[in-house]
This record gives sequence, C-alpha cells and structure tokens, in this order.
Amino acid sequence: MSGQQIKAGYMPLIDAAPLIVAHELGFAEEEGIALELEAAPSWSTLRDLLAFGQIQAAHMLSPVPVASSLGLLAGLPRLDALMVTSANGNVFGVSKEMSERLEADGFAYPFHDAEKAGLAIASLPRPLRIGVPFDLSMHSELITLWLSNFGMVKGEDFHIMAVPPPMMARAIERRELDAFCVGEPWGSITVERAMGALILPGAAIWSCAPEKVLAAREDWIAENPTAVSALMRAVWRACVWLAVPGNKTMAAELLSSETYLGLGSEIIDRALSGRFIVNSNGDLRRFDGFMLFAGDGICFPWQSQGRWIAERLVKRFNLSADVRPEDAQKVFRSDLYREYLMPIGAEMPLSSAKVEGALDAPTEVPTVSGSMILGRNCFFNGEIFDPGQ
Amino acid sequence: MDLPATDALTIVIVEHDKDRALSIVDSLRETGPHKIHVLAEESGLSRSVSQLKPDVVLIDVANPSRDSIEQLANASSPLERPVAFFVDRSDAQMTKAAIEAGVSAYVVDGLQMDRIKPVMDAAIARFQMFQRMRTELETTKRALEERKVIDRAKGLLMKVRGISEEEAYALLRKTAMDQGKRVADVAASLVTAADLLS
Repeated sequence: MSGQQIKAGYMPLIDAAPLIVAHELGFAEEEGIALELEAAPSWSTLRDLLAFGQIQAAHMLSPVPVASSLGLLAGLPRLDALMVTSANGNVFGVSKEMSERLEADGFAYPFHDAEKAGLAIASLPRPLRIGVPFDLSMHSELITLWLSNFGMVKGEDFHIMAVPPPMMARAIERRELDAFCVGEPWGSITVERAMGALILPGAAIWSCAPEKVLAAREDWIAENPTAVSALMRAVWRACVWLAVPGNKTMAAELLSSETYLGLGSEIIDRALSGRFIVNSNGDLRRFDGFMLFAGDGICFPWQSQGRWIAERLVKRFNLSADVRPEDAQKVFRSDLYREYLMPIGAEMPLSSAKVEGALDAPTEVPTVSGSMILGRNCFFNGEIFDPGQ
Repeated sequence: MDLPATDALTIVIVEHDKDRALSIVDSLRETGPHKIHVLAEESGLSRSVSQLKPDVVLIDVANPSRDSIEQLANASSPLERPVAFFVDRSDAQMTKAAIEAGVSAYVVDGLQMDRIKPVMDAAIARFQMFQRMRTELETTKRALEERKVIDRAKGLLMKVRGISEEEAYALLRKTAMDQGKRVADVAASLVTAADLLS
C-alpha cells in the first residue's frame, strides 16, 4: 500500500455501504489509495468536517452539495457530488397512535401505493409532526411533494422536524412526532420496538431518487485529480459489487459489525433485499428497488437530478431570482464521472441530463459505446420534470 | 431590540454532563454578564431553543442533535445568516479551531464578530480541555486493556510451558522484538489463538 491517504466520513446508515465496501473489500487499495473511514454523529458535523478539510470525502445527502452552490450553506466552500452512491432507501412511517387510527379505518398497509397511503395520511388529525434526519434532504423534498398532492400544506397541515435517526424511535415514543421519514434500518427499528408502523417506501414517491452522493470540496477535487479518480473508481466498483444479488448477505454481515452499524445483520438484510415487517402484527411486505446501488444508470450524477433538487430548494427557501438552478446543477459532476470512469467500463449515456419521471419501465438508451438500460423512473403522480424546459 | 449595547448575550449550552456544563458556564461568565441556560434534555431541543431565543447556542460537535438546531437556523432566511458557527465568513481559522476542539456554535441572531469572539475563545479553550481529558482517558483505558491481555498471555505461557512469570514475559518480549511487533499485539494473538484451540 503506497497511495494517498484519503479520510472519508459517513453516517452509520445502510447506504453508507459503498464507502465501507470500497475499504473492506480492498477496492480502494487496488486503486492505490488508503481509505480511512470515520463515522460522524450528525449530518451537520459531517458537512463541517468536509468543509473545513478534516476529511476529504463524505457519504452525503444529495441536496447538500446543491445547497452549497445555491448559497444556502453560508460561509462554507462549495461541495460537489462526484457520483450518486445510492438511490432510494427511505421509509415513511407513522406512530403507534396514528397507525391505530389508520387500522380502525381499514388501512391494510399496501406499502407500495402512494395514492392510498397519501389519502390515509391526509385523513389524520392535523397538523402532523413529521421527523426527518436533516432539513436539506431527499426526505424533506419527497414528503413535501407527496403530501402536497393531497392538499396538505407544509407549515400548516404538517411540520417537518429534524431528528437524528437513532433518536427517531424515542421521539415517537415520547409523542414528539406523529410520523417520520428515515433511512433504513431506523424505520424497521421503530417497528421492532413496537412504536410505529411503516406506510410507504420513499421509492414509491419517486422510483429512482438520488439519495446519497460521494461528496468532496470543489477545490480539493481540482487539486487532487489522481486521488479523486482513484476514489471514484473504488467507490463505483463497490457500488457495482453491492448491486450483485448474491453479495447482499455478505454486505449485511460487513455492515453489521461493531465498527460500522453495530446492528443485527438480519435487520440490515431487510433493506438490502427489500423485505419489511411493516407493523406490530408482523405483516410482511416486499418492495423491489427499495435501495439501489448501481446499474440502471443509478451511479451517474445526472445534471437533471441536480437541477430538480435545485429548483425544489429555490422554491422552498424562496431564493431570489438571481440564484440560478441551471448553475447549481453543475455540482453534479457528470464531467468527472465521464472522464474517470469511462476507462473502467462504466456506461456513459450520450446526454448528461434526462427527463425525470418519464420512464414507466426499464428502457434501453444509446450510450457512447453501445446501449444501456435506464431503470424505471416515475413520480407517483405522473409528474414529468424536463430540465430542458 | 433593547439596544443599549452591553456585553451580555443570551447563551444556550446543550450538555447533559452537569459538571462539564457548569465548567463551561464558569468560563463564559468571565467574558461578560451573559444570561446562560443549560439544556440537558436532547429531545424537544429545538422547541426549548426557540423559546429561549438565544443569541448563541453552544453544542458539542459530537452531539447528534446538532441537526435539529441546524433546522432552526435554516428556518429564518438562511442566506443572510451564517448556518453553524460561521460567525464571520472570513474567520475560517476560528471555525476550524472550534471544530477541532469539538464545539459548534449557532448564532441565532445576527451578531457582530467582536461580541462573540471572547465567548468563542472561552468555549474553545474549555472544549479543548475536555478533548484532552477524553483522549487521556482513552489512552489509560487502552493501556489497562493491554495490561489485561498481557497478563492472560503470560498466564497461558506459564501453564503450557511450565515457566515463571518473568520468563513468560521475557518470551513475549523477545517474540515481539523478533517480529517487529508490540508486546501487546503478540499477547493478543496468543490469547486469540488459545481461545480458538480450546
């Protein structure tokens, strides 16, 4: 081992797997870098460690780099998203009290139907207090998009409150929250503790939402091309490894160790394989595509995804007209993805943007060298987002 | 609002360790006649913070509840005001020092840097002390653990080889030197091997 040392931070969640696998299975070493992984206690801390150079790369919520470009992280340097490391992976659930109300109305936990689930949530007493791990997150965006479809107004009919994932179950138990949206395994843990029930996977709201990215500081990226390319290759290879169905058991074992999540591998396996126990009755549900690491164009940092996030943030924070979403989308570094991952066989679409929400089924599209399959890409309400418009 | 410029700030400290909280309070008192509240309970934190309307919130970097407070800072015009302890954008050095010391501060109201600086200096110094104590404690703990493992390894050698304690230790030390390892590491592998074989 001779290469450059790269400190990378992560939040102890299942979707931190690409960094952990890149380190544990030796992909990093093979690419000539030494990854030193560090768990962070909160998203704010992880962002600050990255911004102030205590670490060089991080497992990060996809809206954070976009927010940095929009000026929402005042005083912090710009962060870029080198690649998408996972899509989806969140669950939406309700407290025990709310689930009892829903059950009394005959709700049968379909766990795939955003329409039925949305109507059920809209029938609950308002305002609902909904916990999410961090304000600048896909959780916030997806819940707002989903519930507003059923006439619920953020700030009036529901409030979104940031609660650290490991404290989510306790906040529900103390009746500080009526519902939550959180990355696995924390939703399943709430069910395990008989404090709530799972209503809908995030993937039912948007079937391929970019959830986590590999983030780094823009100036560090510019100054360290060799390290950046090695890091991207190692993490990409880890993502590809994680997408192989036969590797899920081993991935669950790896993540469950005390060094990383320190949780039973069985509960981790549920998210990786898309099988859930959704309530205290022990009802089992399957959901394919619950959490995706590679294939189907998942890893490619699409400019259209950055743009979608940017436009949501501009609206949410009421940013002035001179803040340009079309500039913010550039923090999704599809240019570097093309440059560094093409040589090791990653599929390269012809265009770096696509129409989001327009694919009912997996579809073949041309690439630089042939063709690739893009996964299903649908919003629950049929919304279509065309960044060209 | 009440404009007679005094040095007094309303400061909230989020810290569940009582001694530690008191010690931070003491050091902050020296910087001015501040109104200081200590919050120990992490749940419902953002509600308490918004009720107290502090100028500054001090919280351990390692406290997961930072994310809840962050949202408060975001809620009111995030563009005009620094998010975390980014009191003054130009003072990245101080921010870095704060993070390294393990303290994070949220400035809830737009405040002048010169009013916050003494408070932050005091907080950083205090947190650095805690950081040092934590490291020392960990080092001591590790040394204790290693001592235990070495004792077990010695015991094993004494039993299997029928040698004295001194000879057992000498053997461990010699093996460590030959292999270029630490005595504690050689002892640990011996203990692991013995566990596997038994």
